[in-house]
Amino acid sequence: MASNKKYWKSVEELKDGSVVETLSKNEFVENIPTDDFLGDKDTLETSSTSRRDFLKYVGFTTAAASLAACEGPVVKSIPYVVKPDDIIAGVADWYATSMADGYDFANVLVKTREGRPIQIMPNKEANGTTSARVQAAVLSLYDEKLRLKEPTKNGKAISWADADKEIGAELLKLKEAGKPVVFLTGTLASPSTKKIIEQFTTANSNITHVTYDAVSEAAATDAFEAVYGKRALPNYKLEDAKTIVSFGADFLGDFHGGFEKAYVNGRKPETGSMSHHIQVESNMSLTGANADKRIVAKPSDVVFALVNLYNAITNQNVASQATPIDKEIQEIATELKKSGSKGVVMTGINDVNAQLISLAINKALNSEILDANNALNVRQGSYKQVQKLVSDIKSGAVAGLITYNVDPVYTLDNSAVFVEALNKLSLKVALSTENSATVNAMDYALPTPHFLESWGDTHFSEGKFGLIQPTIKPLFDTRQIQDSLLKWSGSTTSYYDYLKNYWSTEILNGASWNKALHNGYFHKEATATNNKSVASTDISIVEVAKNLKLNTTPSAMELNLYTTTGLGDGKQANNPWLQEFPDPITRASWDNYVTISIADAKEMGFSNPVKDNGAINGDYANVTVNGVTVSNVPVLVQPGQAKGSIGLSLGYGRKFGLKEEMQVGVNAYPLYKGGNNIQYNVSLEKVAGTHKFACTQVQKTIAGRHDILKVASLKEYKTVDPKDHHHGWNKPAYVSYDHSEVEANTIDLWDEHNREMGHHFNLSIDLTSCTGCGACVVACHAENNVPVVGKNEVRVGRDMHWLRIDRYYSSTVETREDAKELGLSRGETYEALETEAENPEVTFQPMMCQHCNHAPCETVCPVAATSHGRQGQNQMAYNRCVGTRYCANNCPYRVRRFNWFNYANNNEFDFNMNNEYGKMVLNPDVVVRSRGVMEKCSMCIQMTQATILKAKKEGRKVNTDEFETACSSACTTGSLVFGDVNNKEDKVAALAEDKRAYNVLDYLQTKPNVIYQVKVRNTNEA
Amino acid sequence: MKSVTLQSRLTSVLLKSLTILLFFAFSVSSYSQDVDEARQKAGKKLFKSLCASCHKLDKKLVGPALGGVEERRENSWLKSWIKNNAEFQKVNAEAAEAAQYSATAMNAFPQLNDAQIDDILYYTTVGEIKKAPAAGEVMVGNQVLEKNGAPDWLVYLLAAAIVVAFLMIASLLKQVSELKGTKKPEVQSNLRRDLQELWVGVKNNTFLKVLTTIFLLLIGAYVVFGMLFTVGVDQGYQPIQPIAFSHKIHAGENKVDCQYCHSSAKHSKHSGIPSVNVCMNCHKAISEVAEGTEIEWNGQIYGKEQLDKEIAKVYDAAGWDPDELAYTGEEKPVKWIRIHNLPDFAYYNHAQHVTVAGVKCQKCHGPVEEMDEMYQYSPLTMGWCIDCHRETNVDLKSNDYYAKIHDELAKKYGVEKVTISQLGGLECGKCHY
Repeated sequence: MASNKKYWKSVEELKDGSVVETLSKNEFVENIPTDDFLGDKDTLETSSTSRRDFLKYVGFTTAAASLAACEGPVVKSIPYVVKPDDIIAGVADWYATSMADGYDFANVLVKTREGRPIQIMPNKEANGTTSARVQAAVLSLYDEKLRLKEPTKNGKAISWADADKEIGAELLKLKEAGKPVVFLTGTLASPSTKKIIEQFTTANSNITHVTYDAVSEAAATDAFEAVYGKRALPNYKLEDAKTIVSFGADFLGDFHGGFEKAYVNGRKPETGSMSHHIQVESNMSLTGANADKRIVAKPSDVVFALVNLYNAITNQNVASQATPIDKEIQEIATELKKSGSKGVVMTGINDVNAQLISLAINKALNSEILDANNALNVRQGSYKQVQKLVSDIKSGAVAGLITYNVDPVYTLDNSAVFVEALNKLSLKVALSTENSATVNAMDYALPTPHFLESWGDTHFSEGKFGLIQPTIKPLFDTRQIQDSLLKWSGSTTSYYDYLKNYWSTEILNGASWNKALHNGYFHKEATATNNKSVASTDISIVEVAKNLKLNTTPSAMELNLYTTTGLGDGKQANNPWLQEFPDPITRASWDNYVTISIADAKEMGFSNPVKDNGAINGDYANVTVNGVTVSNVPVLVQPGQAKGSIGLSLGYGRKFGLKEEMQVGVNAYPLYKGGNNIQYNVSLEKVAGTHKFACTQVQKTIAGRHDILKVASLKEYKTVDPKDHHHGWNKPAYVSYDHSEVEANTIDLWDEHNREMGHHFNLSIDLTSCTGCGACVVACHAENNVPVVGKNEVRVGRDMHWLRIDRYYSSTVETREDAKELGLSRGETYEALETEAENPEVTFQPMMCQHCNHAPCETVCPVAATSHGRQGQNQMAYNRCVGTRYCANNCPYRVRRFNWFNYANNNEFDFNMNNEYGKMVLNPDVVVRSRGVMEKCSMCIQMTQATILKAKKEGRKVNTDEFETACSSACTTGSLVFGDVNNKEDKVAALAEDKRAYNVLDYLQTKPNVIYQVKVRNTNEA
Repeated sequence: MKSVTLQSRLTSVLLKSLTILLFFAFSVSSYSQDVDEARQKAGKKLFKSLCASCHKLDKKLVGPALGGVEERRENSWLKSWIKNNAEFQKVNAEAAEAAQYSATAMNAFPQLNDAQIDDILYYTTVGEIKKAPAAGEVMVGNQVLEKNGAPDWLVYLLAAAIVVAFLMIASLLKQVSELKGTKKPEVQSNLRRDLQELWVGVKNNTFLKVLTTIFLLLIGAYVVFGMLFTVGVDQGYQPIQPIAFSHKIHAGENKVDCQYCHSSAKHSKHSGIPSVNVCMNCHKAISEVAEGTEIEWNGQIYGKEQLDKEIAKVYDAAGWDPDELAYTGEEKPVKWIRIHNLPDFAYYNHAQHVTVAGVKCQKCHGPVEEMDEMYQYSPLTMGWCIDCHRETNVDLKSNDYYAKIHDELAKKYGVEKVTISQLGGLECGKCHY
């Protein structure tokens, strides 16, 4: 019985007498600190400000403010001198382009207003997807603090001509002397740039090109190269999969190709079949959270389990070791064999041997899901070459280094060695979009434009080409790397001409350039290799397994390094949207931390006490791996973490050039030995101090109404009547009325609105399709000018996210009532729950204003600032709001946000709304709210109104599925569907009637316009 | 500006009698010229419609200046040239040479008959007829000034002098009487005594006291509220713009459509302040205003000389060299001052009103075609918006968007017409987001 499950948000909730229960009753956990001031009698008496003075000041300031308000400011309007034909002030233009920053790759659409990019959305036509980081990249464009603004030499400005002359002379000198120079870049995945680099290195035979990915996938690419002869990552056609087994591969969270769309397409309950996803992992990853079955194991056990699976499937006996999860592995083997070519195994273990075994299993299964024809080009880095570079610089074998958008000083594990060795170089050039420790260590810093200011092309996977086009004139004195290389090669062509010429001769094959540019992509038939491996006979799995066993040295504590959904490898660490973005799993923002299992935490004495203001504290620990210590890492107890393992994310702790507020977390790269995400022989030592987390985990709790979630198994979905009085998985709420039990929606306190006329908007959220990726959260930020409030404010529950994704853990142990029946004492119940907490099920639930047709907030507003629109939107008139906060108090969904401060033009909140560049990202159609008013999700009324106006101007009906909100357009899995229920052809109209559809907390009779679809898990088939 | 005008006004006062005399002496001569006004008018009309985009009488534009062209070319030559210059060039060497004048070839005008061409040429010969100033006006420099009575400042000065003199006399009299030692009269005037008695009466009567207090408080509240409601309401706001642009000349006299310049009004939320290149569409050919044009600007009268300078400002902004007839590339955007300022929390969309509703610009912006200097005509308050939304019917029939709503409404309520407010146009969220 799914609905009887216990849902909880934090480990603390499982403990008895926890403050969490008290907190769950307070909408505003932080009281106004009047007691701090008025309660302190001494301070009050010694204060020189008497009550009378105070009143005088109040009177004076009020009078002064009113007087100042009488005189309006003079507003200037400066039109273009020559207006470009395609720009109409006030009308948005969209451009198709691609993002490729070396870590994130995506086909995107960019919204520009008056020539300023203000939003990034997935280019769905090109099958593009976006993550939180891709969505937020538009703000990195306006990072006036970190972006390089002009070419410099040793910190002093230099003209491009002089820089070219000096660098050219030095390059020539080195060439003549035959001294090697290394050109170090991240993964470019750009065919034309590759060609330019080839020309550059051919002309200068002393120059070699090395690709360096900060977060390495070198093992996977090496293995793929060994088997299929191409340096790439395997692609997976997850939509056709029957069984997906992943060994620590975070293919939904660690975004580098957008597997979530294919994954979700293979998991539609309506079709009657869903892929069965089993995740074997030690950290609780986003992928693991979405899995039907999650098997927790230490990293070393994950490795051996993979080998054991190989043995079980191929009936061989290559070198391995018994693991505690062998029984499950046998079951998986049986299931995989049954699925045959529809089964697939993936692994995220960054060891070439493990990757080879994974490929061998897929080969043994004859897997059609692994798609070698359309291999991904998005990771090209070679860890070995980079390490060779470091030793070559140290030994003086390399005389020059040119870097492009990489930051080895921050990301190398042996960064200190690298920095010291740099002094031996005679030529040090950094081409970079942003300032970094590496740029600072080099002589020349040559600014390159952001991808939204650049021309370029992409080649993400075989046959899938994309174009990058500028959406704004370069903000600073920048020059593209391609132009620099062309110049240094002595060419006079501009990169734009080169690109156009390259595409027409090499790629387009007679197709139109303009059309390709308009679409942003160009798809070519992949040259089929029929998944044929080229060298499989040479690879002996027996040898491979032997090596793998040698590399794997199980220890008492093991470390699994990972990247967070928010920051990734740390490239966008200065982006306030991403810093404030709560991690989908831990719900912590502005931090990285050691995640530790509940059992280990208990043993070592780590805990996360919840303060009475809803904030979470933590202990510090020193993490030591092979003699390298990262100290004072905060510790977060993570349900679902394997005992004997800890997790720690990369990408934080970047300091150089960042705003002080963004210099958060610890740098875990020094522990990233060998580019391997798994480290053995780890010791964890508790040290003194209390860390203050900015974690929204227990904030905005829903007063214990955990039936807000509804989950069913695929079997239940198919066989049980959803409304069945006893076993139904989508039962309506019943209430007692007139001494009989009636369906809650038959009685009502409010008068009914007329909902038939005109448009009536509904938003459907499919909990089955929602992977919790958070792209919608950032899209909402960008669309609605949601302010960033900073770490301390988030800590006390004053985050302003209009849309949050609640993460619920659930345990299979039944409710407390059941425990009572079993005769368990209260303590025993909690213990039982806690054991379950070692591996809980996870459910994500996007939560925003539910736009209730019978809204409790509207009833209590004393000034009618929030009112109901007949299109179904609950409207918030900010200018009318006086800030009583009654509405938030009366909202059962905890979705209203109060502006405690002015977040714009305020030095206390020095984020994007406090500088002229950052403000360019604001959406001019949405007001920036000021202090003292309530705000919340508007169901993007500015977008629905714009759609209506467009139809009216064209004198037509609104097209089917034309209505969109920012979150629904950002959602690539199709979980969020928005539309007009009064237009029966709209997708949402059918979804509103679906048997999975339900309203959250329906017994409160709020009649929301947001519909949730019951989450269906495929649990029965294993 | 101010001082120059003052000076010229002063000059006008000093010289007025002399000028009037001169005017009467010479006025006859301006009519003594023997001009066939009908021909001139016909020629002028043709010239303005066909030639003026490339030619002026006194200045070169795309083509040469045409004033007195008949003195330079034979009449028959000109006729052949005008009718079809391309053909004429083939047979006439002089014409081929003349064609080198400009890179832009001149249009052929086969539709013109000889008489019409003669009219045009007549106009190029006689030019504009000087308008005789009407009696009661006087020309000084290029400005026409009203001369009815003395200037304002003189009146104020006189009034001030009288008041000062009166006060001085009064104080003198007082001093004199004090010196004389005259005592103040014991008995006060009746009025004062009555007032005193009234005051005492009110002071002793509690009911009256309370009543008066309430009355005063009410009056006070009324005044304060009235004052507060005017905060932020800028009706009549008329800032000084960087260029003396007259909507009256453009939209009124020359009947330029509003949306020719404010072209984004039909597409966008903004009506759009035209970019300078839109001005140049016409002003490339129009570098000066017609003789006698005048506007009232910032309380002063701008005549031709001043207005031509204003057009020069447009050239300056666009980077147009009127002598070389070429763009220099040195652009200086014009910093207009925005008149209609809605607060940030109010969303207004021009396209909704202009394109969808078909509201005339004048409904909100007033008689713009009569305004030399633009000002905020409407209060732009929420009450003003709401009033219109309450009263205006939505045209449901001519827009397919409303078709379904119209059918449903007609079926349910049997109504043909609904107001904007009945369609939800008064909801907060429609304008505040």
